Amino acid sequence: MPLSSRHLLGLQGVPKEDIQLILDTALTFREVLERPIKKVPTLQGKTIVNLFYESSTRTRISFELAEKRLSADAINFSVSGSSVSKGETFKDTIKNIEAMKVDMVVVRHAAAGTPLFLTKISNANIINAGDGIHEHPTQALLDMYSIREKFGKIAGLKVCIVGDIAHSRVALSNIFGLITMGAKVSVCGPSTMIPKYIEDLGVQVIYNIDEAIQENDILNVLRIQLERKAREYFPSIREYAKYFGIDRARLEKNKKSIVIMHPGPINRGVELSSDIADGEHQIILQQVTNGVAVRMAVLYLLGTVN
Amino acid sequence: MELLLKNAALLNPYEGIDIAETDIVISNGVIKSIDKVKNQDSKYFRVIDLSGKIIVPGFFDMHVHLREPGREDEETVKTGCLSAANGGFTGIACMPNTDPAIDSAEVVHFIKKQAENNLVDVFPVAAATIGRKGEVLSPMAELYEAGVVGFSDDGTAIKTAGILKRVFEYSRMYNLPVIEHCEDDSLSGGAMNESINSTILGLPPIPSISEELIVMRDIIVAEYAKANLHIAHISTQKSVEYVRTAKRNGINVTSEVTPHHFTLTDDMLKSYDTNYKMNPPLRTAKDVQEIINGLKDGTIDCIASDHAPHSLEEKESEFEYAPNGIVGLETSIGVTLTELYHKKILTLNQVVEKMSSNPRKILNLPLPSFRIGSSANFTILDVNEVWTVDIYKFKSKSVNSPFNKRLLTGRAVGVINNSKMFYSGEMIQIS
Repeated sequence: MPLSSRHLLGLQGVPKEDIQLILDTALTFREVLERPIKKVPTLQGKTIVNLFYESSTRTRISFELAEKRLSADAINFSVSGSSVSKGETFKDTIKNIEAMKVDMVVVRHAAAGTPLFLTKISNANIINAGDGIHEHPTQALLDMYSIREKFGKIAGLKVCIVGDIAHSRVALSNIFGLITMGAKVSVCGPSTMIPKYIEDLGVQVIYNIDEAIQENDILNVLRIQLERKAREYFPSIREYAKYFGIDRARLEKNKKSIVIMHPGPINRGVELSSDIADGEHQIILQQVTNGVAVRMAVLYLLGTVN
Repeated sequence: MELLLKNAALLNPYEGIDIAETDIVISNGVIKSIDKVKNQDSKYFRVIDLSGKIIVPGFFDMHVHLREPGREDEETVKTGCLSAANGGFTGIACMPNTDPAIDSAEVVHFIKKQAENNLVDVFPVAAATIGRKGEVLSPMAELYEAGVVGFSDDGTAIKTAGILKRVFEYSRMYNLPVIEHCEDDSLSGGAMNESINSTILGLPPIPSISEELIVMRDIIVAEYAKANLHIAHISTQKSVEYVRTAKRNGINVTSEVTPHHFTLTDDMLKSYDTNYKMNPPLRTAKDVQEIINGLKDGTIDCIASDHAPHSLEEKESEFEYAPNGIVGLETSIGVTLTELYHKKILTLNQVVEKMSSNPRKILNLPLPSFRIGSSANFTILDVNEVWTVDIYKFKSKSVNSPFNKRLLTGRAVGVINNSKMFYSGEMIQIS
């Protein structure tokens, strides 16, 4: 059974069956990654452009690896800054790339909704690799894959997303995906970083990190984006680390068994202490490996659907 | 040749005129008779049959961006006037956020010159401060002499309460209104209204309080300075409540609303269609409901379009980078008749007040008269015509409209003013 859409723009409104299919397909590609020769001919002859309007290292490399392991021709197109400041409009850039006959576009952009805009001006399959503070669906899919790998299920688990919820595309995609898959989702962070109407999404809000640790099976800890405007939303990094950072003492004080996730890159000593970032609770590097498999699954399913 | 408009209904609430069917003869642009004409020989008259149509005092849009000088690729005074005529307006007030801003008599003279010999009367609103920067008062006396009808830093609010107080005090000498775009930019800076939708769409939010705070500030300062405050494009529930209370307390405040703010909500943004991007942003159904209440009870005095033409290449972009605003002049009357008149929210008399007499009163302009000997300043309505908005039929230079392809009931089919008639897409000199 194919996916219900030929694009992956976000997880809002994506049916459970689609998420299930992507995660199941990823399982078979995960096995490929363990082989001595980590390459399959699935997307041979397909051309995929990685269109990155915002700097990214790991997401871009993860997509590129996934593309290469599926034998697609991968082209990287990086633009710093917005299209407006570059003189050429975004639409013109896309029309030019389109004219070179590409099959799929993986797009990252600082402006929300840009992947949807792309579907209106291009015939390629569009995959959102992060748009502004909107969605980052493949990150949430790899998070869910990692949860399923660890627990054997998603439904019924309690997941708390910790950090700057208001400016996180990872948070929003996780919320949509996890709720669809039957998890119980909460968010925890300074109140200035929690969107005013977030509870309308069916999410519980917790302001106390100890409570979040006690009540959840998994903490998905977001990166505090020190380089962004985030700094204006709390008094100091020291205060953030003290009241929302997670270290061994805090885990031991509250309970023993919990799984820590993080989309990376980690600010050590801010949201996670090193003994947690490297400790037995975390599955952070498994997430990275699973990311390649999940992106292979998404590319494969979209690339062969039409 | 004299113009004979036959079989028309005539409606002018402030002169107590409500005639079901009559003929009107216009000679040299002046009303010569209002009575059935027996000999309708086309040797003597240019005859236009207005059966089923209603002649009302010429409509006036008090919030229009003409883009000249500065962005003539988007609109000029001439194309803006044609757009107004096609939309059913005989007069407009144009906002000062041009480049350069309307902050000197020279720019006022330039715009007036561009508008000469036009069917549509153009009345510039001047910047309240030099360059709309909120620091130094514009030469308000000189601007008054040059013929401006109000002061505004539209595009932004007047920056500080201190400057605002002085603008109020100075404008009071000439009895001109201060038209405020109410927005506290320390709270705004986003791309859409803050709501559950802004969370779902990941668009940076603009909370309703960014408008409401400035509405409140302005009311407080206006009361203290005894000035005439006009709130432009009101958009939130609480703003309407604050204006209502201020009016009850006898403060000299008036307000306007755009057709998109009483028709559309931020639910429309789910498509990330930049035609729905405007400032103030589209709000929620609750806000729309209170705006409707405000229109009914008179809290909101006028309907103004905030006509804001933008080039296609700038609008066809990433949502967060697209400019704000819509082409408003050519859908304003149709949307108002469809959404307010036909839904029995406003009577036709009230529509005429809010789109003709009230804006002129706020700007101290004379009202069109239907008395014999008055110059003809008419909008001709067909309130029952069902039509579909087609942006490519706009006379504006721009096509950014959220109402494209919308089915509307009622429109202006023509206008008459300054001895000119625009009817069936044709400009006619009437002598």
